[in-house]
Amino acid sequence: MSPQTTPIADTAQDLELSERILAPDGTRVPHARLDAFVADVDAVQLRALHRDMVILRRIDAEGVALQRQGQLGLWAPCQGQEATQIGTARALDPQDYVFPSYRETGVIYARGAQPGDYVRMWRGEEGAAYDPAALRVAPLQIIIGAQTLHAVGYALGIRHESAPEVAVTYFGDGATSQGDVNEAMIFAASYQAPVVFVCQNNHWAISEPVAVQSQYPIAGRAPGFGIPSLRVDGNDVLACLAAMRWALAHARAGKGPAYIEAVTYRMGPHTTADDPTRYRDDAELESWRRRDPIARLEAYLRASGELPDEHLAETQAAADAVAKEMRAACLGMVTRPPLAVFDGVYAEPHTGLERQRDEYAAYLASFEGEA
Amino acid sequence: MTELTLGKALGAGLRQAMRDDEKVVLLGEDIGKLGGVFRITDGLLDEFGAARVIDTPLAESGIVGTAVGLAFRGYRPVVEIQFDGFVYPAFDQIVSQVAKLHYRTQGRVKMPITIRIPWAGGIGAAEHHSESPEAYFAHTAGLRVIAVSNPEDAYRSLRQAIASDDPVVFFEPKRLYHHKGEVDLEASLADAPPMGLARVVRQGTDVTVLTYGAMVSTALQAAEAAEDEGIALEVVDLRSLSPVDYDSVAASVRKTGRVVVVHEASREAGLAPEVIASVTERCFEYLESAPVRVTGHDVPYPPAKLEKYHLPDLDRILDAVDRVLDRPHSLTGADA
Ligand SMILES: Cc1ncc(C[n+]2csc(CCOP(=O)(O)OP(=O)(O)O)c2C)c(N)n1
Repeated sequence: MSPQTTPIADTAQDLELSERILAPDGTRVPHARLDAFVADVDAVQLRALHRDMVILRRIDAEGVALQRQGQLGLWAPCQGQEATQIGTARALDPQDYVFPSYRETGVIYARGAQPGDYVRMWRGEEGAAYDPAALRVAPLQIIIGAQTLHAVGYALGIRHESAPEVAVTYFGDGATSQGDVNEAMIFAASYQAPVVFVCQNNHWAISEPVAVQSQYPIAGRAPGFGIPSLRVDGNDVLACLAAMRWALAHARAGKGPAYIEAVTYRMGPHTTADDPTRYRDDAELESWRRRDPIARLEAYLRASGELPDEHLAETQAAADAVAKEMRAACLGMVTRPPLAVFDGVYAEPHTGLERQRDEYAAYLASFEGEA
Repeated sequence: MTELTLGKALGAGLRQAMRDDEKVVLLGEDIGKLGGVFRITDGLLDEFGAARVIDTPLAESGIVGTAVGLAFRGYRPVVEIQFDGFVYPAFDQIVSQVAKLHYRTQGRVKMPITIRIPWAGGIGAAEHHSESPEAYFAHTAGLRVIAVSNPEDAYRSLRQAIASDDPVVFFEPKRLYHHKGEVDLEASLADAPPMGLARVVRQGTDVTVLTYGAMVSTALQAAEAAEDEGIALEVVDLRSLSPVDYDSVAASVRKTGRVVVVHEASREAGLAPEVIASVTERCFEYLESAPVRVTGHDVPYPPAKLEKYHLPDLDRILDAVDRVLDRPHSLTGADA
């Protein structure tokens, strides 16, 4: 599977250069290489993927709502990217380890996040949203691209132990301009580390279009590092699942790293602090609305007579329930006491910090008994 | 006891740490076949193999970032930064990732990474090869910062740094790599003084000289010279720059009442002003005079031919001693 390595004439049209199994209208298109990776996927599994995407969209909407209501400091929406996140994350084995960026709500959902895990960090209660060991997901990363190196280091450990695991890292199209991401590809290729790079090309790095980061399809860079890559339609959940199965099988077989560029679109703002109307036009947004990943799968299932009303009703009810639990968990969070700011800085006693903690404790105690 | 150079003592410390714990892995540029540009890792590739002594691509952020991933996987990476001036490309990974992951995860992710840095000047090196970046790291919560000054300390505290569950930025004075000293290779870590303790390397009653790294030797020379004049300098090797062992420092200051802080790094917002502020807060009523700093100038590290004017030397230390004793230039012999 060789990626496109010629310049993109018009970056708005570059989606046409990516691999897909489900066309935007929901018709199934045969794919010589990808089909084999999803040959086992039946209607039951497709409905499960659909359910995941609907629940994720509901979680995301709830995150936006909670932020608007002042319950969260910030939220990074992933609407439009459900197929990429669910399709790739559902291909993982439980023991694989993920190094995500801040936008991978769907990935942590697929790894078994608890309701409070979606918001704990955005609410400002803790630096990490969940227990990394429990989800086998590193804390959400804010520094663009830094986590790609962590994934490679983790994969070196896997390789050293000859374990059947794979490290996976997610990052955006903007991140591909960072030195760390390029260093990560060099390290991964040099040591044949079992790591999968997933670039979610959602076309925008805040206000900068992908053309500012790359004049060629991003997946075309990986072969230059000696890493095979694949460029898929990121709004086609089946293609994302197939691509990820290909990449994971490649890495698990000891053949080294693999790279996926999922071409998708961020429908909402970059974060709740962003105003996308200042930099992108309605026509573009509308053209992507017609490629909606959930609608696409629904069209396919409906045409095959596999989308019963009960499934839709059950899915909607499940999504509402998750959102409700998430809201309850968010509103129920109890902020730790003031001295907790000192907790967890070091693993072992640090006299400088202990002294400061004592001073602050004495200061706080001086208010005791005041009205 | 075995007589070793500081460089060999570091190598012995690495070897022992790798034997003690198979999770210890080394990463760095040229650390394999070459044994590192200073030969500190000499022979380790042969003993432990390429999976544990990893010759990396030439990419500092890559080296430290990869070490972070290895730590996630339960390893204890020891990173060699080839020269002090090359740690800056990795600065982001060190301060944003290595230092913070334990705090962010409330202790659920540990970063037992040791970052070894051949450090500071006095060897007539080219540009970017004589930097003193310690204040950047001492200023960063979540890191420990160690600076060694002799082979015995180097051997012991490197093993302690590697055994620590916290990340440690470990400074090795290049100028002292070939200095020899007695090392007890058999001593157990359990009996050793903790890594963070300062040490009085010379007892005295008149002035406390606080210093670290290669400047410890210079301060000791100054103490010899001062003794001829009947002045007893107490020289304290801080050894740990985060945390600073203020209990030991304060004990010395309470005894002498006078303080001189010496380091090669430039002055503004450096370790010396920080140490003096802390000493003043703790021991103000014991101070007989205002503490004085002897540091590198606030200039980029100068070219080799000029470095002798930049680095604190015996005379500049003695001049500072004169000032805290209110004896204008009596020790240095300069005109008042
Ligand atoms: C090193 C760094 N520089 C700048 C930022 C500020 N910033 C946050 S997100 C972002 C854009 C990232 O775009 P991309 O990598 O495409 O990911 P996306 O947000 O689209 O998922 C920027 C510039 C940052 N977080 N980290």
